[in-house]
Amino acid sequence: MSSHDNNIRIIHGNEACVEGAIVAGCRFFAGYPITPASEVAEMMASRLPQVKGIFLQMEDELASVNALIGAAWGGAKAMTATSGPGFSLMQEGIGYAVESETPCVILNVMRGGPSTGQPTLSSQQDVYQARYGSHGDYELIVLAPSSAQEALDLTIRAFNLAEQFLVPVIVLTDEIVAHTRERVAIPEFPQIVNRKKPQAGEKYIPFEGSKDNNGIPLRANFGEGHNILVDGQLHDGYGNRVGHLPGKSADLVKRLCDKITKNVDLITDIEMRNVEDAEVIVVTYGSTSRPALRAMKEARELGLKVGWVKMKTLFPFPEKELRKLAKSAKTFIVPEMNLGKIVLEVDRVTKKRVVSLPKIGGELHTPDEVLRVIKEECQNA
Amino acid sequence: MHELGERYLRKSALPTLFCPGCGDGTILNAMVRVVDKLGIKNFNFVSGIGCSGWIPVFINADVLHALHGRAIPVAMGLKLTQQDKHVVVFTGDGDCLGIGGNHFIHAARRNLDITVVMVNNYIYGMTGGQTAPTTPEKARTKTAPYGNVEPPFDATKLAIAAGATYVARHTTAYPQQLKVGLEEAVLHKGFSFLEVMTQCPTQAGRIIYGSGEPTFLFSELKKRTLLGKQQATNSTQFSIGVLHYDKEKLPYQPVCEGGIE
Repeated sequence: MSSHDNNIRIIHGNEACVEGAIVAGCRFFAGYPITPASEVAEMMASRLPQVKGIFLQMEDELASVNALIGAAWGGAKAMTATSGPGFSLMQEGIGYAVESETPCVILNVMRGGPSTGQPTLSSQQDVYQARYGSHGDYELIVLAPSSAQEALDLTIRAFNLAEQFLVPVIVLTDEIVAHTRERVAIPEFPQIVNRKKPQAGEKYIPFEGSKDNNGIPLRANFGEGHNILVDGQLHDGYGNRVGHLPGKSADLVKRLCDKITKNVDLITDIEMRNVEDAEVIVVTYGSTSRPALRAMKEARELGLKVGWVKMKTLFPFPEKELRKLAKSAKTFIVPEMNLGKIVLEVDRVTKKRVVSLPKIGGELHTPDEVLRVIKEECQNA
Repeated sequence: MHELGERYLRKSALPTLFCPGCGDGTILNAMVRVVDKLGIKNFNFVSGIGCSGWIPVFINADVLHALHGRAIPVAMGLKLTQQDKHVVVFTGDGDCLGIGGNHFIHAARRNLDITVVMVNNYIYGMTGGQTAPTTPEKARTKTAPYGNVEPPFDATKLAIAAGATYVARHTTAYPQQLKVGLEEAVLHKGFSFLEVMTQCPTQAGRIIYGSGEPTFLFSELKKRTLLGKQQATNSTQFSIGVLHYDKEKLPYQPVCEGGIE
């Protein structure tokens, strides 16, 4: 597709998520106002009726995420948007969506916490809430856009992944991505994935992994004649409860996790620059990737052997790619707008010298702040 | 098995997990009869957590057994994406009025075109007999060993005040009336709320009423039921039938008519 086919606009990250969702086929949004995500609901309220979609302002975030679950089983591609406190309220419903294999997209625009925290300022403090916020053992997919364009592209991808893997997908932006207006190309006909349906006449077991579909079940919607039983209790292939049966319970939890972990190569999206000869690599995601990129470029101009990595998929964590980098690089620097979270994952995976570069309070790192640490580490490397 | 059971029950889920003497089987029976009359393909079922949440699980239709308290928002998403279906929610007094109370009043306010069947056994049964928002004052429960100090909700008054357009009460002690009321509630266009007063031998019976004997509890339920124009002589009595009916108010419609693309 050439750029002439694209609709070029100057929009912020929240609007980019809305436009991405619409072209991805999202026709149902249920949400509750919260700073700094409210523009998503406002714009959905305006855009969805234009494409015969449904916008609902719910009574709270508990209702919002559960309305997505109902709409998804009704056949819709469904989405909500929220920020920290609302994201906390949605966690039980996200767990239900994982357990019942309900495709849906949850946008969390990160603000500073804990609690009411910093409604108008940015953070990356929810990365583990996105991955581990609900109870029980589970896997899901977390994407981390760093710009308005990526907010659009990764929202489209979030719907595709949700439909492919029958899992809730978290899009984790932050206040800076959400409110920075940038040039965005809106593709008219992006690649779209839809849930794979059972063939007519074929024996259909709604919660059994399909060999023809990477171990992911086929998915019929309600109203298609399959008398589906969806249950939040651990269940067999037919939806009947097995929560009291240890073996069958373990089987389901393992299958739900395998669905993601065994297909990690189909999910991972990671961008790298100048890593081939790098002794020091800056590992980033989301907003902080941008000052880090500038810092890396300036360091290269000084002749320092520095590389840069941006993880667009944060979970499942791109272990394979980072392990490969750890074979040659000596040091990894991880700038984050939190007190050091994903740095723990980088440490676990690379087993090299790993330097945390935390920043809280709501402001992004400056390129100089990253460059200073790069210089120190290059001297020590 | 009865012919209707053969036709409409989800046999792989049987036997039911209801205690002997529980009223939930009577409610399932009534629902199956309504399904038989109106066509099973026209129904989607949603339920919450608690004993009553299992009622639709045994019906061989599309059923979503949701989180505790969240059946109504799930039903909202489902109804609006499949507007040709009757969406029926089964919920208990704790599920509907306690943890799910906010969703209940807002769905009633919107006049969302679903049917909510709230099974009232005055207690949290599944978890072992703790105080519910419907437990009578002074009643002893597992979490009110010195007697309940809180006044109970009247769910029907709450539904009417919040904007529900069809509100009725029935009881498992009068199953024929229950079936008729359930059908009426399903056919109503708008938010229909049906409170079903039921016996719970295992929990409310033993803990609040001092007997786990189903026949005793059943006859007590009958005694407390006010028929026709009978007036209450004490606070444990309740009237059955339609308590509020508004044919004029339009059901909730999102801005976009005609459903999803």
